[in-house]
Amino acid sequence: MLGALIIVFREVIEAGLIIGIVMAATRGVFGRGRWINIGVGCGVLGAAIVALFAGAISQAFEGAGQELFNAAVLGIAVVMLMWHNAWMARHGREIATEMQSIGTAVSEGAKPLTALAIVVGLAVLREGSEVVLFLYGIFASGTSGSALLIGGLLGIVAGAAFTGLTYIGLVAIPTRHIFTVTTWLIALLAAGMAAQSVQFLNNAGFAEVLGRTVWDTSWILSDGSIMGRLLHTLIGYTERPTELQLIVYIATLFAMFLLMRLARTSPPKPIPAVAE
Amino acid sequence: MRSFLILLGLAALVTLAPASARAQDYVLTIKDHKFTPEDIKVPANQRVAITVINEDATAEEFESKILKVEKIIAGKSKGVVRIGPLKPGRYPFVGEFHEATAKGVVIAE
Repeated sequence: MLGALIIVFREVIEAGLIIGIVMAATRGVFGRGRWINIGVGCGVLGAAIVALFAGAISQAFEGAGQELFNAAVLGIAVVMLMWHNAWMARHGREIATEMQSIGTAVSEGAKPLTALAIVVGLAVLREGSEVVLFLYGIFASGTSGSALLIGGLLGIVAGAAFTGLTYIGLVAIPTRHIFTVTTWLIALLAAGMAAQSVQFLNNAGFAEVLGRTVWDTSWILSDGSIMGRLLHTLIGYTERPTELQLIVYIATLFAMFLLMRLARTSPPKPIPAVAE
Repeated sequence: MRSFLILLGLAALVTLAPASARAQDYVLTIKDHKFTPEDIKVPANQRVAITVINEDATAEEFESKILKVEKIIAGKSKGVVRIGPLKPGRYPFVGEFHEATAKGVVIAE
């Protein structure tokens, strides 16, 4: 039972961290609860569908279907996170000012919520399909599985509680800093996802270049430990990054901040100010 | 940047075909949540494709952090795991859904 709890818990916390960050990033935005719920709901539904067709997905593209699917899911999430950060770079200040002065919901936030709802949905979809397959396997193995099944369900509950803790921890940050913090968290999240995505491409037989390991920190922090997994999701930590992963990680961060800079400096009004 | 992308695409095309051709060479079978063989020898310093056949009714996740592989193999199904190039050594892997019994080692030499 404990084994099942741990397996499910460590899948759920990966999605949970992302949900916690998204919730903190959208604090005070009107209708965010509904959007996040839609994201989670679609993610769970998608996870069940992916689990159902796991065999077919795996067989697609000469047996590389699952890797390509994961790479694509992560790639889309990266784009959505970039979009969100760029949007926030442009409108964040107004929202923050408004939040402080009125202390109520802000309606302009509607636009990036679609992007973040998609990110939430994809995170739940990816981790959730593994949970579904694992729990189904227990369920299918018959009567002896009931203790394991309870363990698995407790794992989901514990994972949800962890999401809550992440959120509470993040919203304890004072309002004037929270956008900076969540912007950084989202940037690192996206860079980690991009590096993971390129590894899936490599596993699929694509992008088989720059495959040398840059460093090995498995003796300090193993990818398999809970801490390693948390940092893997949070900042893209991996004990043995390849050259390609490192390059993609840095390039994503660079692209993210470049995009935010462009979004911030491009004139928000139709009549641009006279150049100095 | 563009020429890099083209190179990347070409490299992918060139490497994809031989990878799938090699897939037949190495086979792992999962039965009763155990891998057979538990030790699989592969050549070092080159890409290797291992076909994992799951004869159990339920799904298994082939996982190895050191090999950078996480792959779900559905019940009564098979999947190809691409690894390497590896330095000579031992690279353990597990079936994450049944870690107690499903264990094995890739030996690169």
